[in-house]
Amino acid sequence: MKNTTEPAAPAKKRLTTSAMIASIAGEGQPTRPAPFGHALAALARERQELVGLTADLGKYTDMHLFAKEFPERFFQMGMAEQLLMSAAAGMAREGFVPFATTYAVFASRRAYDFICMAIAEEDLNVKIVCALPGLTTGYGPSHQATDDIAIFRAMPNLMVIDPCDAHELEQAVPAIAAHKGPVYMRLLRGNVPLVLDRYDYRFEIGKAKTLTSGNEVLVISTGLMTMRALEAAEQLRADGVEVSVLHVPTIKPLDEATILAEARKPGRLVVTAENHSRIGGLGEAVATLLMLNGVTPTFRQIALPDAFLDAGALPTLHDRYGISTEAVCAQIKSWL
Amino acid sequence: MSTHATAPAVSLAERAYRIRRNALLMGQVQGQGYIGQALGAADLLAVAYFHAMDYQSQDPAWEGRDRFYLSIGHYAIALYAALIEAGIVPAEELETYGCDESRLPMSGMASYTPGMEITGGSLGHGLGIAVGACLGLKRKQSASFVYNLLSDGELNEGSTWEAAMSASHWKLDNLIAVIDVNNQQADGHSSEILAFEPIVERWQSFGWFAQRVNGNDLQALVAAFDAARHHPVAQPRVIICDTRMGKGVPFLETREKTHFIRVDEHEWEQALTALDAGRQ
Repeated sequence: MKNTTEPAAPAKKRLTTSAMIASIAGEGQPTRPAPFGHALAALARERQELVGLTADLGKYTDMHLFAKEFPERFFQMGMAEQLLMSAAAGMAREGFVPFATTYAVFASRRAYDFICMAIAEEDLNVKIVCALPGLTTGYGPSHQATDDIAIFRAMPNLMVIDPCDAHELEQAVPAIAAHKGPVYMRLLRGNVPLVLDRYDYRFEIGKAKTLTSGNEVLVISTGLMTMRALEAAEQLRADGVEVSVLHVPTIKPLDEATILAEARKPGRLVVTAENHSRIGGLGEAVATLLMLNGVTPTFRQIALPDAFLDAGALPTLHDRYGISTEAVCAQIKSWL
Repeated sequence: MSTHATAPAVSLAERAYRIRRNALLMGQVQGQGYIGQALGAADLLAVAYFHAMDYQSQDPAWEGRDRFYLSIGHYAIALYAALIEAGIVPAEELETYGCDESRLPMSGMASYTPGMEITGGSLGHGLGIAVGACLGLKRKQSASFVYNLLSDGELNEGSTWEAAMSASHWKLDNLIAVIDVNNQQADGHSSEILAFEPIVERWQSFGWFAQRVNGNDLQALVAAFDAARHHPVAQPRVIICDTRMGKGVPFLETREKTHFIRVDEHEWEQALTALDAGRQ
């Protein structure tokens, strides 16, 4: 830990970093195991042209479930992300629908040119699904993809999706497979929280959906921050603050009509919330959209700082960087 | 076109001549171009398109075709010249080379040109794409080959070696890499920029069936392409072709070698005349 905070009180046990892929589930929160892996295998039973590739991260992206059931359709490409992406392009050229998995840092930073020129420029049907999005590991900047959405939003043709939970991931797999064209999807793996099943929610590509309504604050959120926003909304409601949560799983293309319609409703503080750097992600996308359309509510952003983040335990880090439920509540209250 | 086995009606020498002529005519349109590379690679393209590969001129996307992946996008002028000679691109389009709205841009891109299978230009992509395509073709139980034309400079790219390692891991006997070794890249001689020798041993050590030939000797190229296609071991194949930039136009062959050979306006006609003088 960098020396940026007061030392912990001696009586309090310091949290440990735990596994590389730390669970983001809260205590007692319902979860579902490997939703991506199970959904991919289920889809592959129906779609013969679906193939899976990984760069030495099959187990860590839940791809191993697909590999176990369809060994002849699984391609272990080794720890070579540039090859992973170009080979996926080659398979798509031959009519297959490749799902390629690695960590988000490696796809966005190391393999960018290959995704850009071998896949996106030719609008090939490759699905890039990447674990450890944003701040979901305590291993430090080498594994924390705090910049992936900024990097990929600027790539023409590429769709960008940040699912919230297991329920959404399960629905997103067949949806992105049915979409013709390249997709980048952030992946939550392992025991993934189950939240949206309680909201009569159905994932649709390119659609933002209101999950809960309130007339004082509008939170426009994506990815796991929607889970945090919903928890914050409940806590704030207990304090008499009415919060609306608009979930935006598809960051590109943005559901402009729904976001504008919600943001135009008068008298609400508008807050964006994302598990990503404040630069180049959902917040900036929404801000640009609102400005271009003359919609100017009071606007605030919950996002990770423009910094290389600390290593440590996820709950500590989520508090430190303002994306825990408590931190979300505190920030919103401070802006009212 | 299924070209092998029988003696061609038009000789390979004549095909190579026409490819060079097409390239010079395109260079004349633009007043520039990677003409040194095009002239140097004309023979290996003639053998690829008029001896080795199966394709249908009227249906460039025919499923049973052999695929030709041009990694080195700046060689597009050479491949257009071959595609025109192969009847895949109409000869009338030659005069549009590099012009606005043309299907023949300066750097090769798949969405622009029939027969241009991949978008090249960012070097180090072609062989990896070829690995994926070869895996896909095997899964489809296709008999097609994937050819990938690389340059010696492209061997600088680490991704080329990721793909080389992968191709032998997967025993891709449907992959034929062709490397144009002219010892010239953007900043100077390839051997001085980043040494590529011992090039044969390097590919062999990566598990490839490697051959090295004079890339301007049609008979040697025919033998090498035949050996690559019929090699009995389940491993990828590479043909390393030593070529001479400017080949076929003596005053360009001897001009000081640079990545981008300068040709003055009045010299294009002289080059065409010199090429015709050497026609076999």
